[in-house]
Order: sequence, then structure tokens, then C-alpha cells
Amino acid sequence: MSTDVQEPELQPEEGRPSPLSRRTFIAATGTATGVAVAAGVTGSGTRPVSATEDVASELADGTTSQVSFLLNGRRQSLVVDNRASLLDLLRERLDLTGTKKGCDAGACGACTVHVDGRRVNACLTFAARLDGAQVTTIEGLAPDGDLHPLQRAFIEQDALQCGFCTPGQIMSGVACIREGHTESPEEIREWMSGNICRCGCYVKIVRAVDHVATGGR
Amino acid sequence: MFPFTYTRATSVHEAIEAGERGGRYIAGGTTLVDLMRETVERPRALVDIVGLPLSDVSATPRGGLRIGALARMADVAADPVVRQTYPAVAQALELSASAQLRNMATIGGNVMQRPRCAYFRDVSAPCNRREPGSGCSALEGYNRTHAILGTSEHCVATHPSDLAVVLTALEATVHMVGPEGRRATPIGQFLLQPGDTPDREQDLRPGELIVALEIPPLPRPLRSGYLKVRDRESYEFALTSVAVALHIRGGVIHTAKVAAGGVGTIPWKLPAVEQHLVGRRPSPDLWAQAAERAADGARPLVHNGFKTELLRRTVERQLRIVGGRS
Ligand SMILES: Cc1cc2nc3c(=O)[nH]c(=O)nc-3n(C[C@H](O)[C@H](O)[C@H](O)COP(=O)(O)OP(=O)(O)OC[C@H]3O[C@@H](n4cnc5c(N)ncnc54)[C@H](O)[C@@H]3O)c2cc1C
Ligand code: SF4
Ligand code: FES
Ligand code: FES
Repeated sequence: MSTDVQEPELQPEEGRPSPLSRRTFIAATGTATGVAVAAGVTGSGTRPVSATEDVASELADGTTSQVSFLLNGRRQSLVVDNRASLLDLLRERLDLTGTKKGCDAGACGACTVHVDGRRVNACLTFAARLDGAQVTTIEGLAPDGDLHPLQRAFIEQDALQCGFCTPGQIMSGVACIREGHTESPEEIREWMSGNICRCGCYVKIVRAVDHVATGGR
Repeated sequence: MFPFTYTRATSVHEAIEAGERGGRYIAGGTTLVDLMRETVERPRALVDIVGLPLSDVSATPRGGLRIGALARMADVAADPVVRQTYPAVAQALELSASAQLRNMATIGGNVMQRPRCAYFRDVSAPCNRREPGSGCSALEGYNRTHAILGTSEHCVATHPSDLAVVLTALEATVHMVGPEGRRATPIGQFLLQPGDTPDREQDLRPGELIVALEIPPLPRPLRSGYLKVRDRESYEFALTSVAVALHIRGGVIHTAKVAAGGVGTIPWKLPAVEQHLVGRRPSPDLWAQAAERAADGARPLVHNGFKTELLRRTVERQLRIVGGRS
């Protein structure tokens, strides 16, 4: 599993589907021509768009979508760039920064949220696909001013150090308890393995999940 | 990531039409979104198929199993019929990825997933799968996790799916629908070895959609299981893995189905092991003799020589686990 991830390149869209990749194309035609063609494409009206920019006017070219979904119980209706992940939408546009970006590749679990009641990786979820969905993030887990029992258990068990993985751990843990994969510490470990903790708080995380699963006994 | 258009298919027919026009299917998105972000994949049009009614899991009349292509990995693993009739399927799924990813990922997408070779994912490195003719960085590079079976001078990447190893052992069929109608192919022919064309990974024609995977009936009682060996205990791809199914009657093995993962460019069927088992009585010696044949034809690379012996031992251990109970 690869965890080293590069920043996505934002590049101008190529004019037309081509069997040649951009690199092969430039290599095959010489740098000067390659640059000229690339510039021509940029000039023709397509441009790199920030993955979270709200650009209703771009609906027309089909690279944006209108979506309407329930986020923490409140309806959100917006136009999203088709490339925007749910993770970027939450953090960059909706100011819900509780959901964290670790790897941006499905390999760490920091971005775990619930979609239609199931735990998923927000980094691998295109926001454009959420029309009609119900999304819950760490901010919506408990009513304002209150804490979910698992949030309380994390505090009581001291199940964090830097806290970066914690929202993902808690969203995953709530689902793990609901799914019933909490018969033993070993089972909890296995079913929580999609959440990496670089600080190594696993023992206490398992304890917190177990504590809530067994009704605080 | 490059811009793309996005549409939701409301029927299989509509999906195939869009696919034929060059649209790319997106199911769970757990392979595709990741590779699009790395610009390894650059589709211009995504066709969302996840809402299509192709997620049923059902026993077939004579005791086989049919799994809809859009069934989620988590749901198939939890299905009581699957757990009861083919435990190896449930085990392989539960040993794959993470609970979150299994909630998203589909069975069709799982079989279609692309190599995890680090050079394939790095667009600055030569890679024949990504850019035919550019060369294979893994041949001279770091190839500890790569294949020892079914390789060619053009590509040595393993097929990463766990489920596909079980489907290969059990000789499952891939059902497809396309512009020219329905078609079915054994999974052993559907997944392609790299040969001279490593960029061709499956026998899937333009616009074709996988609709289901079907495991044929096998004589009962049947014991089956999946064993996965990896660098860490969970949330990791296989270094080696083995799927075994045995039908033992009157103290004699009548049917043996065995395939290995983590070692081949496609899930690797082990006919020599199967043949050695059939007609013989289970015993520790038999497991060891059969496993001796598991790595026949292996061609290790610089860093993955350990896989040859690891494969034999994984096979032996899994034969003992599945066949050892009397
Ligand atoms: C961090 C991480 C760890 C993982 N670990 C494992 C592991 O241990 N074991 C394992 O087996 N897998 C593992 N995976 C891979 C994961 O199981 C696959 O990504 C997943 O199964 C793909 O399914 P999907 O529905 O998300 O496919 P998508 O990403 O939606 O699609 C994948 C490809 O299949 C095509 N496709 C999808 N459905 C169809 C269809 N019905 N017909 C035709 N074409 C179709 C798409 O066009 C695309 O090319 C891991 C993935 C990640 C990110
Ligand atoms: S092993 Fe295959 S996927 Fe990896 S670099 Fe070589 S050609 Fe590419
Ligand atoms: S950010 Fe790591 S799994 Fe999503
Ligand atoms: S508490 Fe620091 S990563 Fe988990």
C-alpha cells in the first residue's frame, strides 16, 4: 500500500481525447510545439479550476454538478467541481475542519465520515456523487454543546496525543460499535485497522471503543 | 486531477451507451479516484453505475453463488449465504483493505482494480502499463512486493485483489453485458497476464459492464478458507496468500481447488498442487508434498526471492488449516 502521496497537479485540460499522454506528446513533438499547443488549449477557455471553487457558470461544460444532501441534519445545495472530494468540500468550503486529511488516498482513515450511516473515506468520495445522501461528520455526531459517549470515552481513557487522527478514530469507532464488531479487543483492533494513529495510541483507543461498546462497564 | 464530466446511469442500457461513447464507469471509486488524483487515470467522462440494480447476492439453483457486480465488499462479506456456503469468500473480503473501504468498494471494481506497483502510481517513472513502451521501472528498481509467476520482460506487477484469488481457485465466471449483448468468461481468462501488452489487464471490450460474478456449484461437504501473509497484521496487501477448497469424502480428497495471491501477475491457479491432492488421504505429509509444487515455474526478481519459499509454506499451512480438521 502506498502512503506517499504527491500533490495533485492542476493542469489545463487537453483539448480533445488523445491516445498520447501529455508527456509522450511533448517528447514526440519537441518542447517548443508542446508548449505552444498547451498554451493554445489554455487560451481556448478551459482553465485549471480550484477543486472547491464555486463556479455555477461552469455547469454548462459539464465539469461541475449541482448536489443537494443533508450534512449533519442540515440541507446543503451547491454546485461543486466534479473533482472535489467530500473531504475538500467540508474543509475548504464548508468550514468543517474536524474531518482531517492525512494521506488523501484511502490509506489512513483520518477523513472518516458517515454517508448514509456507513463509515467511509471522505478523501475517496467525490462530492458530486452525494446528491440525496446523508452525511455526518465529527461536528454532527452529538447535538451542539454535547459530547457523544465515545468522545467522552476518548477523553476519559486519554486515547490521543496530537489528536490529528482522533475525529476519524471516533467516527470509525461509532460505526464499529454500531456494526457490532466489538466482541473482544482483538476484534476491535481488526475492525479499527483502517484508522492509523502515528502517535501509537492504539491500546487506549481500543479501550475507549470497548468501554462504550460494553455500556461503560 | 483533470476535469471530467459526471453523469449517473439510471439503467444498464444507459450505462453501456455512455460506456461505448468512451465514458468510464465509477463504482465505489476507491481505485479510480485515487489514481485520478495521481493523474495516472485521466478519464474525461465518468459514468456513475453504483445506483444500478446489480447488487444482489444469491445462491444459484444447484448450489453455486452469484454475486452482483455492484454489491459492496462489506455486504458480501456479511451475507449469511456467503459465509455459510463459501467462507473463503467472506474471509478474503474481510482481510482486504479497511472497514471504510469495504463499505465503499464493489465486487466488480475489486476484480478490476489496478496494480499497486509504486512506479505505476508515480507518473514520473517509466511504466509499460501506464505508458506502453516507456519501460518497466520495477525490473531494475525495488521489486520486493512484485510477482514471481506470470511475469514478462514488460511488467512484473502483482494483481492486488484478495477476492480474485478465491474466485480463481473456485473457477468463477465473469458475466458481462455490452453493446453486443451478454457474455461470460472464466475469471482465469478474464484477467490477463502482461505478456507484450501489460496495459491490457482484462478481457473487457469498450462499453462492457461486469454485471455479476458466479461461483459454480461444488460437491458438498466443502471446506474452504483464505490465508493472507503480509508485512503488517491488517490493512495491507498480500505478500503471499492462498485460497483452498476441499471436498473430502470417506477419508479421501475428491475435489481440490487451490490458488495463490501476491505472487502472480494475475491470481495464480495451482493445478499441480490440486492434482497431487485428489484421490489421496489427508495427512501432514500430503500437505507438505503438495505444497512443494506450489512455486513451480517461479522466476524471482532481485528483491523478492523470499516469496518462493513463503508461497510453499503458505500453501502447506493453509492445506493443513482447511484439510486438517477431520
Ligand atoms: C488503502 C487501500 C488498501 C486496499 N487494500 C486492499 C486489500 O488488502 N485487498 C484488496 O483486494 N483490495 C484492496 N484495496 C483495493 C480495493 O479493494 C479496490 O480499490 C476496490 O475493490 C475497487 O472497487 P471500487 O468499486 O471502489 O472500484 P472503482 O474505483 O469504482 O473502479 C475500479 C475500476 O473498475 C472499473 N469498474 C468498476 N466496476 C465495474 C463494472 N461493474 N464493470 C466494468 N468496469 C467496472 C472502473 O471503471 C475502474 O476502472 C485497497 C484499496 C486502498 C485504497
Ligand atoms: S511492474 Fe508493471 S506496473 Fe510496475 S513499473 Fe513495471 S510495467 Fe509498470
Ligand atoms: S485522508 Fe487518509 S484515508 Fe482519507
Ligand atoms: S493521536 Fe496523534 S495520530 Fe493519533
